[in-house]
Amino acid sequence: MTESKSTTVEVRLPTRMGYEKVAMSTAASVAKLMGFPEDRVEDLKTAVAEACINAIEHGNRLNEKLSVGVVLSAGADSLEVKVIDDGTGISKQPPRPDIDRKMHGEEDARGMGMFLIQALVDEAEWVAGSDGKSSYVRLVIKLDKNSD
Amino acid sequence: MQSETKSHVDRVTSPSGFPVAVLRFEGDIASTSKDAVLGTYQGLPKESTKLILLDFTRVDYINSSGIALVIQLLIEASHTGQTVCAFGLSPHFTKVFTMVGITKYSRLYPNEAEALAAL
Repeated sequence: MTESKSTTVEVRLPTRMGYEKVAMSTAASVAKLMGFPEDRVEDLKTAVAEACINAIEHGNRLNEKLSVGVVLSAGADSLEVKVIDDGTGISKQPPRPDIDRKMHGEEDARGMGMFLIQALVDEAEWVAGSDGKSSYVRLVIKLDKNSD
Repeated sequence: MQSETKSHVDRVTSPSGFPVAVLRFEGDIASTSKDAVLGTYQGLPKESTKLILLDFTRVDYINSSGIALVIQLLIEASHTGQTVCAFGLSPHFTKVFTMVGITKYSRLYPNEAEALAAL
């Protein structure tokens, strides 16, 4: 029986806007080591950035006493990224952004982060922490998208 | 931690002879870029500025908050009858801008020459 090995990289970010770039760089480095093509690496970077921004701004509410955990697990054919904050998680998914409504002032111009995450990675899952904190979003990109 | 957004305006003429204001951005475009993006745009004289190009050639990173600022710029421009196009986005951010629907309200070009030629 062949055991599949995974490699784990963990990063702890301060709850401060801008530090999502550290997680982006780390995720990009791991993805490149795994052999992901450049376009998928860029997709992952943006998705990780948006997840970290949400954790910083909404999960941890910009409280600099808290930190954001980023755990990258490199498997044989996929890379999983978990972004963990001390928030209570999302109660419901926001509606898909509508550019027409935004342009007509019927919808906030912001609020595209979750949509981008879902559009750029193969799997995205939001999990609320059971203790009212330690919520996380789990992102997965697959080396071969057809290998399910 | 975020690279500050720098911006400036250049006045050019399109091959068709129309005056064009080119807003050139540099660095990151994020929530802290309001002055650089919207402030620079709002500083343009609205009556005499009808064609605007957004230059993203030297922009390294744009997050969803930065994209929201671009959308706010497009909203304001639409109220004053201005045409706004953009160029210089990487293939990735061209894809992202297309995903969020910006291309419905602003055309994207690979470079300045092609953008000007289309005006």
